[in-house]
Amino acid sequence: MTSHTYLTVKALTKYIKRKFDADTHLRDVYVKGELSNVKVHSSGHIYFTLKDDAARVTSVMFAMNARALKFMPESGMNVLIRGDINVFEAAGQYQLYASSMQPDGIGELFLAFEQLKKKLEKEGLFHPSRKKPIPTFPKKIGVVTSKTGAAIRDILTTLERRYPISEVVVFPSIVQGPQAAPSIVKSIEQANSLHSIDVLIVGRGGGSIEDLWAFNEEGVARAIANSTIPIISAVGHETDTTIADFVSDLRAPTPTAAAEMAVPSKENLMKNILSYQSACLHFVTQKLADEKNRYKRAIESPVLATPEKLYRPFIERYVRAEQQLQRETSRLYKDKNRYFTQIQNRFIQLSPQKVIDQHQKSVQTITNQLNQVTLSIFEKNRGQFIASIRTLEALNPLKIMDRGYSITYKNEKLVKTVADVQQGDSIYVTLSDGRLEAIVQGVDKNERGD
Amino acid sequence: MTKKEIPFDEAMLQLENIVRQLEQGDVPLENAIELYQKGMELSKLCSEKLQSAEKQLVSFMGEATEEAGTANE
Repeated sequence: MTSHTYLTVKALTKYIKRKFDADTHLRDVYVKGELSNVKVHSSGHIYFTLKDDAARVTSVMFAMNARALKFMPESGMNVLIRGDINVFEAAGQYQLYASSMQPDGIGELFLAFEQLKKKLEKEGLFHPSRKKPIPTFPKKIGVVTSKTGAAIRDILTTLERRYPISEVVVFPSIVQGPQAAPSIVKSIEQANSLHSIDVLIVGRGGGSIEDLWAFNEEGVARAIANSTIPIISAVGHETDTTIADFVSDLRAPTPTAAAEMAVPSKENLMKNILSYQSACLHFVTQKLADEKNRYKRAIESPVLATPEKLYRPFIERYVRAEQQLQRETSRLYKDKNRYFTQIQNRFIQLSPQKVIDQHQKSVQTITNQLNQVTLSIFEKNRGQFIASIRTLEALNPLKIMDRGYSITYKNEKLVKTVADVQQGDSIYVTLSDGRLEAIVQGVDKNERGD
Repeated sequence: MTKKEIPFDEAMLQLENIVRQLEQGDVPLENAIELYQKGMELSKLCSEKLQSAEKQLVSFMGEATEEAGTANE
């Protein structure tokens, strides 16, 4: 019976590994394939699978090598890898250990460029709203470029020719090679720290894409984006466009063009100043003429030229109104006057004086009448009186006494009968011319009918 | 009027501003004349500054350290 020696897995794997190690071809292989399952570890190691339509191989690129990559490996990319094959015993796998990697089909630089461009564009670093305006009359201009070469020369001559009033501060930088990017970043930051630079020109002369590569680096792009000073980028020739050109505030095709964009030209300024002078003169002259015309028009306006036109209608109105007033007043006065006269007459008629006069007349009349009547009554009465007096005179006992009759009194009483006396009474007998004192001697009464 | 000189860029900006104001035309007459005089002064100042500038002042910052270089502040 055949007995087999059983290997341990460890031993078996060791054996396989030794086989791999022995093969010198496997120590340095060049493989091409498609990346898949790309995982970039935080340590910097990149784990991926390299495959094609028939097979796949587990791969890793350690950070030490990955650091040199200019582009970011992504699943789906076709790449060219140089590395070695080895057995990872613990996993029981053979792996491809990549030492270098480049894109298959397009340049790695171009790929890196595209990747960074996409990334920064997504962040909005290229957005027009971020672009700062270039000051029209900068007092201090900064230049970040190599202190030797055509670029600095062209920039300085152009600046001096166009705008010698400004000052220039050059920040000498390395513009190609591995130290270029940090040098450019440092210069940009230095310029920003000065606070007196109004505009910064960042650039270099022409070259290959590798020569210009520093201006495609992320660090430089971010330094330009973070600059508070406006930056004009001038990298290489017209046809070269770098990431720096996308991020900068203004892109110039050449360093000379950058200097032209940074400052105005002396000749143009002089021309402008002259045209401003004539413009000022022109506008002021125009203004004077306009104001003069305005004044003329106002002075010659019919209102001012023939002011009577303004107030004449008012005068006419006034005159007419006055006439009317007079007319009406006069008429009104006449009416009132007539009415007054009427009333006055009536009043006069009713005046107490009139009444008095009338009454006086009446009184006079009546008085006359009264007088007359009284007179006539008086006359009548006088006549009667006289008649009565005559009668009375005729009847006057004294007259009778003239004829011899007498009146006898006894004790002042009249003696009409013999009965009233007795013999011996004292009596008086009045005759027409005096009195007789008598004593009765005897009384004889008459017999009736004697 | 003070004899203090204003920098070129400010003078130019003021001058442009004056021209714009006069161009708009709604400036009262007295102001217009005043602006014109000011404008003439400014343009004279600017052209003198431009003509008189000879050599441009260029300085180089130190590479290694943060030197102030030739002090131009």
